[in-house]
Amino acid sequence: MPIDLPTGSSPARVAFYNDPKVRSIAYQVALCAVIGFLVYGAVRNAVDNLERAHIASGFGFWSHTAGFDISQTLISFSSATSSYGRAFWVGLLNTLLVAGLGIVFASVLGFIIGIARLSKNWLVAKVAGGYVETIRNLPLLLQLLFWYNAVLKALPEMRESFVVRGGIFLNNRGLFIPQPIFKDGFGFVLVALAAGIVGAIAFYVWARKRQERTGQQAPVFSAALALVFGLPLVTLALAGFPLGFDYPVAGRFNINGGIEVLPEFAALLFGLSIYTAAFIAEVVRAGITAVSRGQTEAAYSLGLKAGPTLRLIVMPQAMRVIIPPLTSQYLNLTKNSTLAVAIGYPDLVQVFTGTVLNQTGQAVEVVAITMAVYLTISLATSLLMNIYNSRIALVER
Amino acid sequence: MKRFASLLAFALVVLAQSASAQTLKAVTDRGMLNCGANGTLAGFGLPDAQGKWTGLDVDICRAVAAALFNDANKVKYVPLSAKDRFTALQSGEVDVLLRNTTWTSSRDSSLGLSFTGVDYYDGQGFMVRKALKVNSALELNGASVCVQQGTTTELNLADYFHANKMQLKSVTFATANEAVKAYDAGRCDAYTTDASGLYAERQRLTNANDHIILPEIISKEPLGPVVRQGDDKWFTIVKWVLYAMINAEELGISSQNVDEMMKSTNPDIKRFVGTEGNYGEQLGLPKDWAVRIIKLVGNYGESFERNVGQGSPLKIDRGLNKLWNKGGIQYAPPIR
Repeated sequence: MPIDLPTGSSPARVAFYNDPKVRSIAYQVALCAVIGFLVYGAVRNAVDNLERAHIASGFGFWSHTAGFDISQTLISFSSATSSYGRAFWVGLLNTLLVAGLGIVFASVLGFIIGIARLSKNWLVAKVAGGYVETIRNLPLLLQLLFWYNAVLKALPEMRESFVVRGGIFLNNRGLFIPQPIFKDGFGFVLVALAAGIVGAIAFYVWARKRQERTGQQAPVFSAALALVFGLPLVTLALAGFPLGFDYPVAGRFNINGGIEVLPEFAALLFGLSIYTAAFIAEVVRAGITAVSRGQTEAAYSLGLKAGPTLRLIVMPQAMRVIIPPLTSQYLNLTKNSTLAVAIGYPDLVQVFTGTVLNQTGQAVEVVAITMAVYLTISLATSLLMNIYNSRIALVER
Repeated sequence: MKRFASLLAFALVVLAQSASAQTLKAVTDRGMLNCGANGTLAGFGLPDAQGKWTGLDVDICRAVAAALFNDANKVKYVPLSAKDRFTALQSGEVDVLLRNTTWTSSRDSSLGLSFTGVDYYDGQGFMVRKALKVNSALELNGASVCVQQGTTTELNLADYFHANKMQLKSVTFATANEAVKAYDAGRCDAYTTDASGLYAERQRLTNANDHIILPEIISKEPLGPVVRQGDDKWFTIVKWVLYAMINAEELGISSQNVDEMMKSTNPDIKRFVGTEGNYGEQLGLPKDWAVRIIKLVGNYGESFERNVGQGSPLKIDRGLNKLWNKGGIQYAPPIR
């Protein structure tokens, strides 16, 4: 029996509703519509119910006067004139400050401890191991309370402050250091600093190229140090020291003026850094042990010393293993900073979902905003780490 | 965790259905009153080592349970922090909030809550170390002050320092416990809260005698029971339970003599104890509701003296909280 084979170049026409492409798009549109409807219904319902319960809703509170005081503000904030919105920014900046510094300190400490744990020196390895096992097995909240109380109890009263010559005070109200005030002409110093940094990078590139060509090494570190620090210092001297200081002064109750580091901030930063460092140390150790032993042996046989071997051979390969779990630790640190409530540090949760929520009573809005903020911070951190990860990832050809 | 639970409950209520106007029915069906209480404030709400709760605020909850169930112990106490208390009430986790809460206009309006009355007229004060040699709150310029978060106290503090052109360094804590501990550790020069709270917290300091309470009272803090808006029946019951306690003191009815008073011929007393009229039924309560309260809990004066007055370690003077005919401002509308 003869069969009618399609003769034209176009395939047999299928009804559009049987086209897999059209179908999959239709399903997705339908799903989006259902989810959208559910979200809309939930919001609508919440607004209705809040109205029926006579609870205020909406975001009108954002511009209302806050009326409360915040102990640490990176931007100006006054209880009498600033709004709830301003309080939000104050809290957010405080969160970012402690999380940012915490990530830096935890990374430095974590890398040192992680490498130390693999040291051939028995004592160093055991001390690092003891640190990791103690710190990561105690609840963070407990550690924060410990640090806060340790800081408060160990430091002297205001009237018996440690005083360092040059206007540095340390007591149980915090650490007070002189605040630099930049006068006219300080711009030159900044220009010199920028020039120094650019110069250092240029020197590094040049030295590297030369080493590749001739094998000769240049003193990159000391040259960079001289350019980055020496150049601005010389400019500072030439410009006639256009720099003043606002010195802290002991008042009747407190030390006034200067830069103030609150004990709440110090305790939170300490606690978060030390706790997260223990986890980072384990991540680093895992990364280093994942690099085959043959790599180290090969480096040694080429005559490289232990330091350059770690820096040039082992760490670059270990970083590929380290980065993804390290990102999780950074996210954990940021989210753990919300434990600030327990020790009175004014972070976003303490200020915004604490006082602002209570004063306005608008739990739904305030909690939604706060969750959105933490989601944004976390996603941004992940994004940066993923970009870095893809740069150092093994390029497969 | 508690905070998260109450927020979750709140979200569920908001999303699922509005809180019902059926509190009375819910409470009687349950056979138990859920009372939002302080949990850490001596004289107002504090459980002892056996888990028995006492305090002036706690007594109002006990009185509500007495009127409903003829058993003052049918109360489940939910300890709440200042910043979680309203969410817990809005979400229906508690039926009534008695946590030394100040009556303000915004709490009456935008929080969807109603204050039923005032069980303690308070005002905010300051406590400082004697060694500072401070005699007035106006000398506190530049001082660090420890304060609890989510309170009217926090706002009054900022207002007072601003109005008197003084510099303030406030350190805010989530609970009174933490704030007091930090003050005790020397983190702050002063601790501020309602004056009654200052007397209670002073007892817990390492060396209570090293601290004085400054004479200034910087605000009006009428503390009272709070219920959800939109349930008038429940609102009326909670309101009249407190009034019954105040009226009883005025009429000279106490837990000691309430049985004899049943035979009284004084029409005011007859209406109170229910031998005349049906004032209890009108409220949706049994005829002997007021007698139950006085028998099981006592009148306002008894409760005051037992919890915060001369019969307690706090020894707070009754001051404004005396009855209106004894020089105070405690006054209850008549039962008739």
